[in-house]
Amino acid sequence: MKTTFALAATTALALFMAGNAAQAETLRLLTWGGYAPDNVIKLFEEANPDITVEVTLSNNEEMVAKLRATGGAGYDLAQPSHDRIFAAQQEYNIYKPLDLSKIETANLAPNLLDGVKANATIDGNLYAVPHQWGTSGIVADISKAPNVKGWGDLCNPDYKGRTSMRLRRTILLGTAFSLGKDPFALYGDKAAYQTMLDEVTEKLIACKDNVKTYWNGGDDLSTLLLSGEVVVSEAWDSTAFKLYGENKNLVYVPPETGALAWIDTFVIPRKGEADDAAYKWINFVMKPEIVKLMSNSTGAIAAVSNGIDLLPDDKKAAVKAAFDEQDLANLKFFANIPAGLEDMEGKALERIKAATSN
Amino acid sequence: MARTDIGKLSLILLFAPFALWIALLIILPQLGIGYISLREKVGPGEYTFGFANYIAFLSEPIYWNTLLRTAWMSILVTAMALAVGFPVAYYIAKIAHRRSRAALFLMCLIPLWVSDLVRAFGWIVILRETGLVSSFLQKIGLVSGPVELLYNDATVVMGLVYTVVLFMIVPLVSTLDGMDNSLIEAGYNLGGSRFTVFRRIVVPYAMPGIVAGCIIVFMLTAGSYLTPILLGGKNSMWFTEQIYEQFVTRYNWESGATFGVLLLVFTSFVVWLGLRLTGQSLASTVAKD
Repeated sequence: MKTTFALAATTALALFMAGNAAQAETLRLLTWGGYAPDNVIKLFEEANPDITVEVTLSNNEEMVAKLRATGGAGYDLAQPSHDRIFAAQQEYNIYKPLDLSKIETANLAPNLLDGVKANATIDGNLYAVPHQWGTSGIVADISKAPNVKGWGDLCNPDYKGRTSMRLRRTILLGTAFSLGKDPFALYGDKAAYQTMLDEVTEKLIACKDNVKTYWNGGDDLSTLLLSGEVVVSEAWDSTAFKLYGENKNLVYVPPETGALAWIDTFVIPRKGEADDAAYKWINFVMKPEIVKLMSNSTGAIAAVSNGIDLLPDDKKAAVKAAFDEQDLANLKFFANIPAGLEDMEGKALERIKAATSN
Repeated sequence: MARTDIGKLSLILLFAPFALWIALLIILPQLGIGYISLREKVGPGEYTFGFANYIAFLSEPIYWNTLLRTAWMSILVTAMALAVGFPVAYYIAKIAHRRSRAALFLMCLIPLWVSDLVRAFGWIVILRETGLVSSFLQKIGLVSGPVELLYNDATVVMGLVYTVVLFMIVPLVSTLDGMDNSLIEAGYNLGGSRFTVFRRIVVPYAMPGIVAGCIIVFMLTAGSYLTPILLGGKNSMWFTEQIYEQFVTRYNWESGATFGVLLLVFTSFVVWLGLRLTGQSLASTVAKD
């Protein structure tokens, strides 16, 4: 009798608490522009009437900076790229370990999940799962620059004053590959990495005359290419695919040394207050019918097994035009940045920015 | 008794917003920045205190070159803003009709109603290779191919002068406005040439306005971010950009804070030096009754 009562009381209490928790939860999402389109939010809120979604748009650097400023509070789900998990967690402790049993991993592309697992596991705890992926490579106006093959063409004097790049770590890595190095293989050896960086820096300083200007975001890049001021540029594939829709001469070229691939992930900030809602969102947006809506908005490929097939038709055509099987097999996924290397790269970038040119 | 209490209370109440503003939004954040700048990172999440960030600044020529370049270009901008602004201010305050004065002054203010960002983009549209100036020059046959007018120092200086010249004109107009025309007439009556009258009467009288204008313009220029970055492009190299890079892209708050402190100290020093070299002091100019 006593036990029954205790059991009933516990059950009642549990129900009461569950009921309380279920009332009007807010899911505060910190993500990229296009990663939480209105139609998906609407469907999610219809499926989960007790949850409202609040969206803040940001980018990699800002996400980490924001979470660092609050010690991981203020948001319930964030989406940094997979190489921004390890060092940020180790240094600032801003993420919460994920419970993989709450995520329907069967939907996820196994190779991407394994890649993220390898990059985002600290002391046996997993901190991120993949969401969308895409690549960085070259976009070229094939009517004016038909023979573009790789990163090195940004410094090709044939296109003097007609090229552009984004002065961030991607271009350092791309240039290193074009010089025949493998920067990821040198990650463990700081001295060798510095030697490689010096060589890359020298190359990019010499190249500065060739570059029209450095772009900062998708909009800069689009204007430079659509106005014809730039004919060859480093680019994100999603931006390049959008440009292809406007001008069929602007084609994305995966560099012969391999396009650099990034994966945007899901992480739960350390002081997130709506974990259940966060897991629900993750599982929701990975459903095939939602993936379609999401990819239409982001232009990137979802991290599910048949991600490319779930792209909208025009983007699918652009991807098929840009990549063949060999290019896909040759993708270079960003590896985790070991502590200290980012500082060295930052210095290199500063040196390039500070160099004088015409 | 009661009356003085009320007087005191109203004084405190009137002073409170200002004091709160200064304390909470200026002094407190600056102390925070100063504190972070003295923090040295030794490992993930481990810190000690010391001057390592300052030493790192001094030992890296890129950093102090950028700071010197920023200061030097800001001085240039200040001088050009004074050269451009003084005749405009003199015309508005002394030569224009009293009736048109307000309209002219308003016309100077109108650009301020549009944000910095929009004005910078306006310049980009005009000066870019496929922009207005370039296509106009091609049309009239002055140049054979498109010309790129962005991404160089001259454009940055011009853009900055354009952005800040107003802050030179406003204090100059208000000082010159207070000058009695009879002073100038007396100068001519006593046989002074135009130049002597300008040098011995107008400039000394306008000095509070000149000093105030120069300080405001210099500080605004040295601390500006959008105009040099957007117009300078690959060759911008402005110190505020370094601060942003350190804080946001490199997650290095310590060195970002150090740069912030150094920018404040260095620009204050330049202002002090400027006052000393021209033989002015704040008490005799800006704070003059």
